[in-house]
Amino acid sequence: MKLLVCISNVPDTTTKVTFTDNNTQFNTAGVQFILNPYDEIALSKAIELTEGGKGTVTVIHVGEASSEPTIRKALAIGADDAVRINTYPHDAFFVASQIADYARDKNFDLILTGRESIDYNNALVAGMLGELLSLPSVSIIKKLKIDGTAIEVEREIEGGKEIITVDLPAVAGCSEGVAEAKIPNMRGIMSARTKPLEIIEATASEKLTHVVEYTNPAPRGAVTLLSAGETEKLVELLHTEAKVI
Amino acid sequence: MAVLVYIEQVEGQFKKSAFETVSYAKEIAKVLNTQTIAFTIGNASDDVLKTLGIYGADKILTAKNEELKSFSNAAYASAIAEAANQENADIIILSNSFSGKGLTPTLSVKLNAGVVAGAVELPRMEGGKFIVKKFAFSGKVFASVEVSTAKKIISLNPNSYSIIESATSPTIEVFNPQLNIELKTRVKEVIRSTDKVPLPEAEIVVSGGRGLKGPENWNILEDLAEALGAATACSKPVSDAGWRPHEEHVGQTGIVISPNLYLAVGISGAIQHLAGVSSSKTIVAINKDPEAPIFKVANYGIVGDALEILPKLTQAIKAFKG
Ligand SMILES: Cc1cc2nc3c(=O)[nH]c(=O)nc-3n(C[C@H](O)[C@H](O)[C@H](O)COP(=O)(O)OP(=O)(O)OC[C@H]3O[C@@H](n4cnc5c(N)ncnc54)[C@H](O)[C@@H]3O)c2cc1C
Ligand SMILES: Nc1ncnc2c1ncn2[C@@H]1O[C@H](COP(=O)(O)O)[C@@H](O)[C@H]1O
Repeated sequence: MKLLVCISNVPDTTTKVTFTDNNTQFNTAGVQFILNPYDEIALSKAIELTEGGKGTVTVIHVGEASSEPTIRKALAIGADDAVRINTYPHDAFFVASQIADYARDKNFDLILTGRESIDYNNALVAGMLGELLSLPSVSIIKKLKIDGTAIEVEREIEGGKEIITVDLPAVAGCSEGVAEAKIPNMRGIMSARTKPLEIIEATASEKLTHVVEYTNPAPRGAVTLLSAGETEKLVELLHTEAKVI
Repeated sequence: MAVLVYIEQVEGQFKKSAFETVSYAKEIAKVLNTQTIAFTIGNASDDVLKTLGIYGADKILTAKNEELKSFSNAAYASAIAEAANQENADIIILSNSFSGKGLTPTLSVKLNAGVVAGAVELPRMEGGKFIVKKFAFSGKVFASVEVSTAKKIISLNPNSYSIIESATSPTIEVFNPQLNIELKTRVKEVIRSTDKVPLPEAEIVVSGGRGLKGPENWNILEDLAEALGAATACSKPVSDAGWRPHEEHVGQTGIVISPNLYLAVGISGAIQHLAGVSSSKTIVAINKDPEAPIFKVANYGIVGDALEILPKLTQAIKAFKG
């Protein structure tokens, strides 16, 4: 099995999000970047599926040189090799086009992504990639197993789930439950330094959207604290003041 | 020019998010002085279909093809694209539901249309621009995204736009998409827990954390949820410990919700937890530690033992509801 896992480089969740240039640019100063948590799940599943010589796992990232620590982390977790497409990841369509242009003639059996990146929470790349490569896609899956020349996945739906069989090759966006996130061990960390990382230039692709401004949500007022005995008062406040019941 | 809105059916019925998306599409169509076309797939009866008129659909297209019996990104997105082309629609609205998250990107490529995924407001359309606000960084901030393509797709976050009545008497037409595609996905089974309010759609969510001590105490939380007509949720350690199923866990790695009311019971309010709930309109925290970070984001708080407070709160809700 030949697997491709798409990884994004995102600010750690504990980051205080601030902006520069009149609130038009995300301020990366002092921000700790990490491997997107859902991509960690996708990668862990890919490694699980190929363990014991059953295949190879390539990770691909669309981004600039500053993302290399995240790529090395993916190699340390257990990917066999990595590709970085050397360009700024403008928007989901641009990123998906870059990955599709790379993957088109490489015959991957399965392409995994995370359900969404935790920076823009788009959940777009998996579906776009499927359509660009004319492959079936499933987004937000919670379980995945190989079933001959197909995969069986569990897809989340409102108030339930769907079990779907998808013919390979295919694209799947992975969520919690697909695998336990693997932690790199010492041997992984050592070998990551020497595993192949290919850097390729971007193809000419369009971007369809761009962020024009960031804004902060209106601050919540100070909390109204009540004592344990004031449950009736709370109900009244929720009704008359917050107007939510 | 027209606004096409794709409406999901669940076993021949519409959910609340359906009416939110139609209301939203109608408002855009009004500004642009054009028609709101609702497109839906499934076997909803004409009486059910007509309800979309209450919220402003001028025309309803309904597809009942055999190939569309069960969900597939490829087939459904093809059908929506064909409907959009037939109607000359250049703005397409979907719900940012689980299925919507599969359809939106597929449709984007098919129509070469830029997407704003998870919109929380109406688009700004001044000066030939098209800018839509969405949550980013897991609810910490908003990003306003400009779409530069001629065709535009917006997926609307559930619970972000009010249902607005603007009665029209829509026509209903059967639409027969060509669907020139080879189906490579097959739905084997659909499992629905019908007795419960689905979490992403719920207007009120009652959520429990490690402070509830163990699964044996969840009945008092469920009593409160029932009294409120709420869905239940939990923090990650609670589902990791197997006290509650994983699909209930909210936060950075779980479900992201924006209900009108979120009640956090015995939850400390870690940043990864808040990533899933901070866009809730009103937050109530019940925690015995007055220093717990959850009180920094809560609108109302009760300091005390949840095991004591919950039954009393349930009583108070029941008394209020009569
Ligand atoms: C990468 C990563 C991703 C994560 N993703 C998520 C996520 O998606 N969702 C999530 O929830 N967490 C997530 N976490 C975990 C998160 O950091 C916290 O550990 C978790 O949210 C804490 O859960 P809790 O509030 O239930 O438990 P605790 O932090 O243990 O808090 C329990 C609270 O209950 C209170 N309490 C105790 N007894 C009582 C009582 N009798 N009555 C009232 N109050 C009481 C305590 O004062 C305390 O505030 C993630 C962590 C990491 C590192
Ligand atoms: N710059 C990128 N390079 C490679 N993969 C990416 C990139 N951005 C997003 N992805 C993948 O697409 C998934 C969904 O991202 P998004 O559609 O941006 O929410 C992520 O979980 C990654 O697997």
